[in-house]
Amino acid sequence: MPTPDTPLSPLDAEGVERALADALAAVAAAGDLDALKAARLAHTGERSPLALANRAIGGLAPAEKGLAGKTVGQARGRLNAAVAAREEVLAAERDARVLVEERVDVTLPSDRAARGARHPLTVLQERVADVFVAMGWEIAEGPEVEAEWFNFDALNFGPDHPARQMQDTFYVAPADGQPDPHLVLRTHTSPVQARTLLERDLPVYIACPGRVFRTDELDATHTPVFHQVEGLAVDKGLTMAHLKGTLDHFAKAMFGPDARTRLRPSFFPFTEPSAEMDLWFPQKKGGPGWIEWGGCGMVNPNVLRAAGIDPDEYSGFAFGMGIDRTLMLRNEIADMHDMVEGDVRFSTQFRAVI
Amino acid sequence: MPRIPLTWLAEHVETPADLTAETLAEALVRVGLEEEAVHPAAVTGPLVVGRVVERVPEPQKNGKTINWCQVDVGDHNGTAEDGTRTPRGIVCGAQNFEVGDHVVVALPGTVLPGPFAIASRKTYGHVSDGMICSSRELGLGDDHDGIIVLAQIGIDAAPGTDARALLGLGEEVLEINVTPDRGYCFAMRGVAREYAHATGAVFTDRGLPRAGADEGLATSGGFPVELRDDAPIHGVPGADRFVARVVRGIDASAPSPSWMQQRLTQAGMRPISLAVDVTNYVMLDLGQPLHAYDLATLQGPVVVRRARAGERLTTLDGVDRALDAEDLLITDGPDAGRVLGLAGVMGGAETEVSATTTDVLVEAAHFDPVTVARTARRHKLPSEAAKRFERGVDPQLPRVAAARVVELLVEHGGGTPDPVLTDVDATTPPPVLRLPVALPSRLIGLDLDVATISGYLRQIGCTVGEVAGSGADAVVAVTVPTWRPDLTEPVTLVEEVARLHGYDAIPSVVPASPVGLGLTPSQRRRRRVADALVGAGWVETWSYPFVSTAQLDALALPADDARRRMLRLANPLSEEQPYLRSSLLVTVLDTARRNIGRGVGDLALFEVSAVTQPGPALAPAPVPPVAARPSEDVLDAIRAAVPHQPRQVAGVLTGLREPAGWWGSGRVADHADAVDAVRLLGEILGVDLRVEADSERMPWHPGRCARFTTADGALVGYAGELHPKVVTALGLPARACAFEVDLDVLLTAAPRGEVVAREVSTFPVAKEDVALVVPSDVAAADVLDAVRTGAAGSPAGDVLESARLFDVYTGEQVGEGRQSLAFALRLRAPDRTLTAEETAAVRASVVAEAERRFGATLRA
Repeated sequence: MPTPDTPLSPLDAEGVERALADALAAVAAAGDLDALKAARLAHTGERSPLALANRAIGGLAPAEKGLAGKTVGQARGRLNAAVAAREEVLAAERDARVLVEERVDVTLPSDRAARGARHPLTVLQERVADVFVAMGWEIAEGPEVEAEWFNFDALNFGPDHPARQMQDTFYVAPADGQPDPHLVLRTHTSPVQARTLLERDLPVYIACPGRVFRTDELDATHTPVFHQVEGLAVDKGLTMAHLKGTLDHFAKAMFGPDARTRLRPSFFPFTEPSAEMDLWFPQKKGGPGWIEWGGCGMVNPNVLRAAGIDPDEYSGFAFGMGIDRTLMLRNEIADMHDMVEGDVRFSTQFRAVI
Repeated sequence: MPRIPLTWLAEHVETPADLTAETLAEALVRVGLEEEAVHPAAVTGPLVVGRVVERVPEPQKNGKTINWCQVDVGDHNGTAEDGTRTPRGIVCGAQNFEVGDHVVVALPGTVLPGPFAIASRKTYGHVSDGMICSSRELGLGDDHDGIIVLAQIGIDAAPGTDARALLGLGEEVLEINVTPDRGYCFAMRGVAREYAHATGAVFTDRGLPRAGADEGLATSGGFPVELRDDAPIHGVPGADRFVARVVRGIDASAPSPSWMQQRLTQAGMRPISLAVDVTNYVMLDLGQPLHAYDLATLQGPVVVRRARAGERLTTLDGVDRALDAEDLLITDGPDAGRVLGLAGVMGGAETEVSATTTDVLVEAAHFDPVTVARTARRHKLPSEAAKRFERGVDPQLPRVAAARVVELLVEHGGGTPDPVLTDVDATTPPPVLRLPVALPSRLIGLDLDVATISGYLRQIGCTVGEVAGSGADAVVAVTVPTWRPDLTEPVTLVEEVARLHGYDAIPSVVPASPVGLGLTPSQRRRRRVADALVGAGWVETWSYPFVSTAQLDALALPADDARRRMLRLANPLSEEQPYLRSSLLVTVLDTARRNIGRGVGDLALFEVSAVTQPGPALAPAPVPPVAARPSEDVLDAIRAAVPHQPRQVAGVLTGLREPAGWWGSGRVADHADAVDAVRLLGEILGVDLRVEADSERMPWHPGRCARFTTADGALVGYAGELHPKVVTALGLPARACAFEVDLDVLLTAAPRGEVVAREVSTFPVAKEDVALVVPSDVAAADVLDAVRTGAAGSPAGDVLESARLFDVYTGEQVGEGRQSLAFALRLRAPDRTLTAEETAAVRASVVAEAERRFGATLRA
């Protein structure tokens, strides 16, 4: 074995070959990058046989230098190439092992942030508004505590009108010693009709989703506080055919292309002719069928007159339907309690777009 | 609502033999009479006539005697082994019958009202193969003293005959819903007319004056009646027609005929006595409310007048009532001083027909709908009569109806009518409406010619004149029938034309509306508010607005807190919650409690709703007439009387804000989460919010409540941890947090214009950390403001991209009463790379500003 004291002669081709073979064996035997580094230092470092042989070339006779340089240089070149190749293999092995070791269970729960949810009633009101906005209508709004005049009188419910008794109205009590404030919790979204006609320029095409109140006890199908959408169009030349067309379009938008509506004669003080509106509901439990959906009609001339509109020049139609009822139908909600009690488990069912 | 027995209806209109309640409902709904319910047949199964062949009394140990009977039930008899037919053996406890009597037998398989199913059963040592029935068992009345003996109620039928048909017990009854404009449909007469409209069936109007009814009667010298209304409502006299007839010598014990009792029962009324049953029957049949007085108790003349101060009346229902000056009364006696009844609503007990009444005065009158409606409402007496009068009764019916009552009384109770008629008639003829020929087409959207229109109007009983004028001005004069007081304007005739033509015939045309502007900015922003909170992990809910003062007490609101000023409902659903919330948080906290009660403890829930904040003095809302647009002053007064109803957003946080999991134990919600919700809303709406501590706002923790205001100083709301005593009072988890903001204030403060974009600089960022030592009571928000102001004023220009507070330190290093707030500044210029001198200048400027404001020093 050559040592620094007895270095390998660069002219000893066999010795160089042997040193190279030793080095290549050590490189091949290196099982990881650390071992390879040790082998490299041992066989290419300053005190390695090949390095010493290389250094010894300088002391040779000029005639010998060419052969010696070639012998040692080739050996060193092969060794370096072998080290590089082995390093590439070992690095790849290490990388692969590390990635395997870093594996985690990607099915672990990931909900580190709380998730929110809208209430389906408010989402549905927005959806309803979007349907009408898409038709070029605008969205109007009005107060929930409303003047009796707007809720009844302006809509042609006279003070003794039997329909006024038909409504189960919440009245606001007078303050101590004060006169009757003539305020009610609006029983329908229709007062927005009256406000709209007084405040907007003609023609008007408006929809009004909103909260309304009747003195019904809460049970599976009734609630004292619920939601309606009101529609009102006043223009020249509007007819019941336009009312029907609007309702059919709305029904299709809400319930799909097979939905349609049917009108039945009815009575509301603020419309004449008046109609109950039934919906052909394709997804009805137990098979498609008609269900009651709301009321509608042509705006009563008295309502137009109360807003200063000439009924000989303009005509209009109006309709209203329950949003809660629509939601119950569409989403198969069996009990009204779930819709009104504010249980977050109810809202969170409706994260998906409805 | 009216119930329609099909066989009764058939007396007014031809109906097909196979008519069912369902097919009747289908026909009626087309013309506007909706089905309310179908009442099934009272009895199903084999209810038959039986002849008692044998009756063996068998005394029992308990003292009762039962009868072991053999009853011949015709085709329903049993068959013996030798093939002969044998009567049925039935045990009967009643004693009021004899061998040979025809009785009603419920055979096994019959279901009686109850429902009560009949089967063969062993009893008293026999197998009883059915039951012999009493009136009460069949739902025909209260009589349970014995079984029905058919001969006694005038029925003669062979054994085996279907007794359901005989007694009207096998018939379905349709109950319909009548809208307020169709008073005439509270009678068979009106419903039959509508059935004819729907189907084209032949209708016979039994409400028209009839030959032979009351002709030839003297028209003077009848029972004296005066209409003396000195205080008409809306100028309409309380009574404009009063027909009276007298029948004497009626058999006081004569029952009303069984068919009449059956029909009354089917129609939902209880049979009482002949005189009462007859008046009820004719009312249900024709629609004229009637009253029968015991003539012997009357002190004539009858005077119809308004009530006087202090008058009282005990009505038929036994209630003693204080009368109101507006009540219209039927009176008699000296100075018309005795009150007999509330006109058109209910009679009095004193003059009611009784078991000894033989002479009867029949009243058939016409009363003003408004007067009757007000009295009925005032005394909470929605009687059958009032229901009809307030919807409008045909003023030409009284004579026809009274004549019919007299006929029926004489037919079933004997007696003799006086040959004289009282008919005080102050009625006015029905109006003549001028219907523009083009109006129906204009509103319905179908081309209908004048012949078609006139045809429909004649069908409903109108008289239609000739066309006057031509083209667009063509008009027809239409005289409306007396039973349609709802037809008051031309447009009401349009509905008649439309419904007789059929609503189904109207085409469906989407109107071409003008182009719209979409949602308003405020509507769009409100959607963003809800969506932003949901994005931040909040769940939307909603709640009823009804609250109690106890709920405000639980929040420890001071006595003079403006939130205690609430509107109270005159008729709340619950007397415990009669107020309308003035603060949304009150009901949102309730929602939180309900969720917690149901085991959901980690909550972040919110609601967007309006609240009602009445001012100190609310002027009443005017109620102007509606014939024309009210003046702007009046409209303004109405609008002004409607209380302020701002939209609020309120939220409650309990438990963990970030859930526990394999990553750790989660993060407990704290005041900063509530504060951040409000800050988020400010960002979403582009409103720069000022935050400061508020130590006095309940229901928040005095040291952990933030108040938010806009740059203009408008109060937006509050957020933070709830006061511990509120948390305890409400039973919430400790450290529950909440926020409440006025969304309308935020929306008003939201910028009108669009966001103006700043250039995104691509020059390198310079990062500087600055730790400022300030007194402990200086708010971080104020220091941050100083940092921003200082940076903006530096010689380098406003190059502060962001400033973020990343550390708060208190302790020995900064000394007692002081805190160190460390900010990470990111500096960047839009047009150059900042030099070291420039960043140093920003830093110096920030420190200088903080020093100026708070005496801040740079932390060593």
